[in-house]
Amino acid sequence: MRIPCPFCGPRDEVEFTWRGDASVQRPAAEAGVEAFHDYVYLRRNPRGWTQEWWQHSAGCRAWLRVERHTMTHEIRKVEAA
Amino acid sequence: MSQRFRLAAGGRIERGATLRFRFDGRDLTGHPGDTLASALLANGVRLVGRSFKYHRPRGILSAGVEEPNALVELRSGARQEPNTRATVMELFEGLEARSQNRAGSLAFDRMAANQLLSPWIGAGFYYKTLMWPAGFWERVYEPLIRRAAGLGRASGLPDPDGYDSAQAHCDVLVVGSGAAGLAAARAAGAGGARVILAEQDFELGGLLLAEPAQAGWRAGMLAALETMPEIRLWPRTTVFGFYDQGVLGAVQRLADHLPTPPPSIPRQRFWTIRAREVVLATGAHERFLAFPGNDRPGVMLAGSAAVYARRFGVKPGETAVLFATHDAAYDSAFALAGAGVRMAGIIDPRGDSAAMQAAREAGLPVQAGSEICGAIGGLSLRGVRTRQHGGAGSEAALPCDLLLVSGGWNPAVHLASQSGAALAWDEALQAFLPGASVQRERSAGAARGVFGLAEAAADGAWAGREAAAAAGFAMDTSFPLPDAPTPDPRPYPLYEVKARGKAFVDLQDDVTAADMRLAHREGFGHIEHAKRYTTHAMGTDQGKSGGILGAAVLAEARGESLGVVGLPRFRPYATPVAIGAVAGEAVGAAYHPVRRTALHAWHEARGAAWLDAGMWKRPAYYPLLEERDPWDSILREARAVREDVGLCDVSTLGKIDVHGPDAARFLDLIYANTFSTLPIGRARYGIMLREDGILLDDGTTSRLGEHHFFVTTTTAQAATVLQHMEFHLASAFRELDVSLASVTDQWAAMSLAGPRARAVLARLATGLDLSGLPFMGVAEAEVAGVKARIFRISFSGELAYEVAVRAGQAEPVWQALIDAGATPYGAEALGLLRIEKGHVAGAELNGQTTPGDCGLSRMLKKRGDFIGRVLGQRPGLLDPGRPRLVGLRSVDPARPVRAGSHFVAARGATESLGWISSTTRSVALGGWIGLGFLRGGEARHGEELIAANPLAEEEVPVRICSPHHYDPENARVRG
Repeated sequence: MRIPCPFCGPRDEVEFTWRGDASVQRPAAEAGVEAFHDYVYLRRNPRGWTQEWWQHSAGCRAWLRVERHTMTHEIRKVEAA
Repeated sequence: MSQRFRLAAGGRIERGATLRFRFDGRDLTGHPGDTLASALLANGVRLVGRSFKYHRPRGILSAGVEEPNALVELRSGARQEPNTRATVMELFEGLEARSQNRAGSLAFDRMAANQLLSPWIGAGFYYKTLMWPAGFWERVYEPLIRRAAGLGRASGLPDPDGYDSAQAHCDVLVVGSGAAGLAAARAAGAGGARVILAEQDFELGGLLLAEPAQAGWRAGMLAALETMPEIRLWPRTTVFGFYDQGVLGAVQRLADHLPTPPPSIPRQRFWTIRAREVVLATGAHERFLAFPGNDRPGVMLAGSAAVYARRFGVKPGETAVLFATHDAAYDSAFALAGAGVRMAGIIDPRGDSAAMQAAREAGLPVQAGSEICGAIGGLSLRGVRTRQHGGAGSEAALPCDLLLVSGGWNPAVHLASQSGAALAWDEALQAFLPGASVQRERSAGAARGVFGLAEAAADGAWAGREAAAAAGFAMDTSFPLPDAPTPDPRPYPLYEVKARGKAFVDLQDDVTAADMRLAHREGFGHIEHAKRYTTHAMGTDQGKSGGILGAAVLAEARGESLGVVGLPRFRPYATPVAIGAVAGEAVGAAYHPVRRTALHAWHEARGAAWLDAGMWKRPAYYPLLEERDPWDSILREARAVREDVGLCDVSTLGKIDVHGPDAARFLDLIYANTFSTLPIGRARYGIMLREDGILLDDGTTSRLGEHHFFVTTTTAQAATVLQHMEFHLASAFRELDVSLASVTDQWAAMSLAGPRARAVLARLATGLDLSGLPFMGVAEAEVAGVKARIFRISFSGELAYEVAVRAGQAEPVWQALIDAGATPYGAEALGLLRIEKGHVAGAELNGQTTPGDCGLSRMLKKRGDFIGRVLGQRPGLLDPGRPRLVGLRSVDPARPVRAGSHFVAARGATESLGWISSTTRSVALGGWIGLGFLRGGEARHGEELIAANPLAEEEVPVRICSPHHYDPENARVRG
């Protein structure tokens, strides 16, 4: 799999580190334990398109939001965080 | 004269040169151009192995990668290589091979008695042994099965050869170099596309190599290809996997065919190929038929027998019978008859056909409407039993020593299937063909059911043109196609002849047609279930030849069509790949990079014993000549710190520069304690949590300016912490104006610790009044003439200064401190000192402990957000019953306590009250001490418990105490 880094161009996946679901957002400080629980533990496991965090850890170290298809590994959108 | 089955003329072997080789201790000869299998056949060796489960004698079935039987152990010593297919192993001078899976000699295998057990060791027997009787598995079944089953033996020694890995990029990758592949490569390359033509054989040409009449066409194609500037022709290269986004994996065998692989070249190279477009010209594998005794040595695929005769100039037998269900197979009968083999009969279930008539006209005895219902013979074939197709009438015996079998051809769809293309059943060809492409690939020639050299070449030319055009290199080109007859490969749909005896559908795994029916009866009728239940098509040949037979038997049992039953999913590796090739160069010292501190050379010169900390090499201790036991050195070094002054290289700690107007706010969010109140020129200890409330890391952070902090992390978590900070700065805290830089490698850090630390440093430091630098103070100075940062922080519990200088200037500063009287101490003494002091480290911050567990709750800030604040307040994490950090001392001070032991109330008790995380011998207290986590924690100080380690069978009495074994008032660091 190759990920087109907006700063470095298309690079091999070995240069990146996967973090997981980029659709979840850290709740506000006062949001309460339920909101933080969902943020930390609840994840969808879709067969299809996902939005994920990837860091170009062996490159420019930018954090990227990547739209990837879990069946084909097709990547249709990458943007810097 | 050896090689008595070598034909007088013909074939692609170099008759002028002789190669000597050994098989099972026999000295034999062959020629360059032979495979091990063709050379064995030339010498009349037809019994080459014993089968996996029943230890039945087996011969050579095929002439290619689909071979299920002729697996041998190659070479000896460290290069001993099991399960090598003799049919693809290029012969070389001095080759040494042995048959596998036998007890005793190949002709008399004691394990052959397994055949008598066959009623009890059919499909699924392995699973049943797990169920009954209880306790039999470990004592009886497993040792028996391990001894009896299996293939070759690994050498057990390190592989002496080197392997390489490389990336290749091309516009068009053509897999396979038969008529279709050559034409595809030429058509694709004509427009200037970068083409790779990969061929697993050591010669390009595929089945053209067995067609002497096509030698001219092949030579012309190769000559044309060689003139193309952008083409790479790779023989001995197996493409084994088709992955996502046009990535394919291949292994190129660079030195497998050499007697001793020279050290100057890698044995094999593992290619990751990125191809814009792919042409799969992988050909087809002929399939055998299931009938009793279809595994006897002497039973051979019809097409393979023709390959032995025409490509290798070998007569695979004296008297042959052909059992075929389609016209294309008759070519083999003509080929062998032409090679002087007596054709004793052609057995064909069909009524009539063009090829049958042609055979009759050529004087070959054709028995229309007949089938073979049994093979006669033990160690080698002596004849076959024939009967009318369907089983009516009586059986007749037909003597022969070679049985040619062909039930049709299976297009090699493995790579197409891996690329995501569905397989489509073709009723006329009785074969699965690649369906619509999902990736940028197309199959050509026999791989998609287009048989015949001329037809395949035309198809390949089309595919090559298509691929080049899709990659942006459109160019119309034409070249002559081979002039060859069109065979008719449409078989009569016969897969199994039912008669008494074992009819195999998978020769490598000893799976019979009856096993497939058993799987269906016992509820494992889905093809994927049946595969796992019977091990059908699970061998190294992946069912290339017989896989479809098993599916056909299952289809009949289920009363459904083969197209509905399907084949099990194809996965990489399509053909076996040596594990060494997968590992590539990443073995031994090259397994991962080594990180060395700026002071590495000094430590090495001083004879340091090394400790691996992640990728870092850290000095563990510095043994003196008279010190025999590591503890002598460790205790001496620790004592120097407690009583005098020591110097430790702490450069491996992670260091992060945090800059920006919001740096203080950011650190308040990242750390569980407060940094915004830290004055410039001061350091503070900090703890960092994960969002789930568990401790992530600790370390000291210094404020060097209003907007500039210098963070240190533990050695182990340096990368994790940086990533954790970067992530939150890019996501949740993105509104903050902060920048981060790892400066771990830029700074060398040395910890000068001990009662004399100030006196030693004062002699070397200029520009700073050390007596004015308080505990946790930070200042700049020159040390031994080098600009340095001085941090008055302590891990050891003694008066200590951490001196940080630019990495390139570390050694003179270090040497000056040593010359001024400091004793170098390593990571072991450092660990001893921090355990005495009760400081937590990696063993305590193990990803399961909370600030409360470690006695650090009072550090948590009361107001404001920070990572881990909310979830850290969950009741389970605040439960007062959780094990808390305690100290422990061995009741008998001389008796070691092992880290990893559990606290139990009394000898023999099994209820764990907690665990011991770190232990050491102590210099301050004498004897063994440690840290651990104990339910009840502080309330149990003074109690005597047992440190139980059932693995080491130890029960050591320990007394619980405060974790602060030494200087609990923390007076010495302020001294």
